[in-house]
Amino acid sequence: MRPAPPALVIDGHARIDGLPVFGPLRLSLAAGRITCLLGPSGVGKTTLLRLIAGVDDVTTFTGTITASDGLPLTGRMALMAQSDLLLPWLDVLGNVTLGARLRGARRDLIRARQILNQMGLADHLEKRPDALSGGQRQRVALARTLMEDRPVILLDEPFSALDARTRAEMQDLAATHLAGRTVLMVTHDPAEAARMGHAIVILSETGLVDVAPPPGPVPRPVEDPETLAAQGRLLARLRAPAPGPVPC
Amino acid sequence: MLTRLVSLTAVTALAVMLWQALVTLAELPPFILPGPLRVAETLWASRALIAHHATITAAEVLIGLALGALLGGLSAIGLASSPMSRRLIRPMMVFSQAIPVFALAPILTLWLGYGLWSKVAMALLIIYFPVTSAFFDALMRTPQPWLDLARVMGANPARLMWHIRVPAALPGFASGLRLAAVYAPIGAIIGEWVGASKGLGYLMLLANGRAKIDLMFAALIVLALLTLLLHAGVDRACRRWLDGAATR
Repeated sequence: MRPAPPALVIDGHARIDGLPVFGPLRLSLAAGRITCLLGPSGVGKTTLLRLIAGVDDVTTFTGTITASDGLPLTGRMALMAQSDLLLPWLDVLGNVTLGARLRGARRDLIRARQILNQMGLADHLEKRPDALSGGQRQRVALARTLMEDRPVILLDEPFSALDARTRAEMQDLAATHLAGRTVLMVTHDPAEAARMGHAIVILSETGLVDVAPPPGPVPRPVEDPETLAAQGRLLARLRAPAPGPVPC
Repeated sequence: MLTRLVSLTAVTALAVMLWQALVTLAELPPFILPGPLRVAETLWASRALIAHHATITAAEVLIGLALGALLGGLSAIGLASSPMSRRLIRPMMVFSQAIPVFALAPILTLWLGYGLWSKVAMALLIIYFPVTSAFFDALMRTPQPWLDLARVMGANPARLMWHIRVPAALPGFASGLRLAAVYAPIGAIIGEWVGASKGLGYLMLLANGRAKIDLMFAALIVLALLTLLLHAGVDRACRRWLDGAATR
């Protein structure tokens, strides 16, 4: 039985060499929910995610990143990035069990096979990444993320390089299999935020704005009128020069 | 393959013709520059003698190359593993490169004797830096996203090195080895010039001293062929096992 995932609060501002990257801001991630962080390129979305992940050594973050259960986040997160980051010299099974290998832990090949089965990759276990399509590679990356079995999942534009159909498939898979975990999904795609987000937050030069997500469980159907309308509103909001009173 | 063979034959034929033309037109006496035919005759007549000495040189070069690759590889991994070792050892390595290897040959002969090992040491010394340097640079250039992923996974540093950094750096190691294949014979020959009773370098000095310039050229040609063969072999091995690793 997995322990209940924590809620996260990120409160503070970030600078690189004295120049502000973002903030002051306060971002809350609800426990067991998907929060989509939407925004144009260059406003610090990825920096924010990297700070939470604890892999940013160049940015100075002043503030706190806390979990609701008061425990440290280290070792409780899994990361999935825009590029699949598969190691070309390992086969699919090797890539999915990379975490255990790097920690010197026993590799649970039975679970790895189960997860790869769920991802529809049962026939590709021994293939190297270059023998897979872009969509298959991203599914392996999702399998590797699930294999880590962490309560907090950080997704950095994971599907932005995929074609529209594959992207929609990946969104379905991810939303289904990441259910019940605290997920931060950084994206620049309003459609993705409208489909995936239990909560949607827009980060712009002026700060964070909460936006009401469309109704219905995630992943919301691509053709759902309310989801499409929300997508339109989000895009309008992204294009607005300053955060105006766009009704949501 | 066939076109390569044809062009190789054409280049060789051209070089031999130029050589013969130079000898004929400049009316050079054989004790200054013997013609290709004369050298070929000597090569055939002294084949047993040359083969004997070539075997010795080849052994020196191969042992030096193997030890240099091993030591260089381990040094690069050691340097890449610890910033402390970088601060301590890198300046020493650079300083050691400021000493011409030629200048060390007599000392090595003094310490290791006239036999095989002083030449092995020379070959090793001359290739150590290129191998270490090429591999080390590649080890320090592991793509950052892989390092981030490993960090979030809680990788232990030694396992990160073994499972990600080393495999990703193998093409760099390969380019070091390709250089080494060309340099190692230089080291062995210098060693033989300084003091030896066997080897192609010794044979060349001996032939020169006795004004057997045709024998000297025959030995020189065999040496060049040996180096080409070694380079081709190392290149092939690198393609087979190292280059592909990071892209396969």
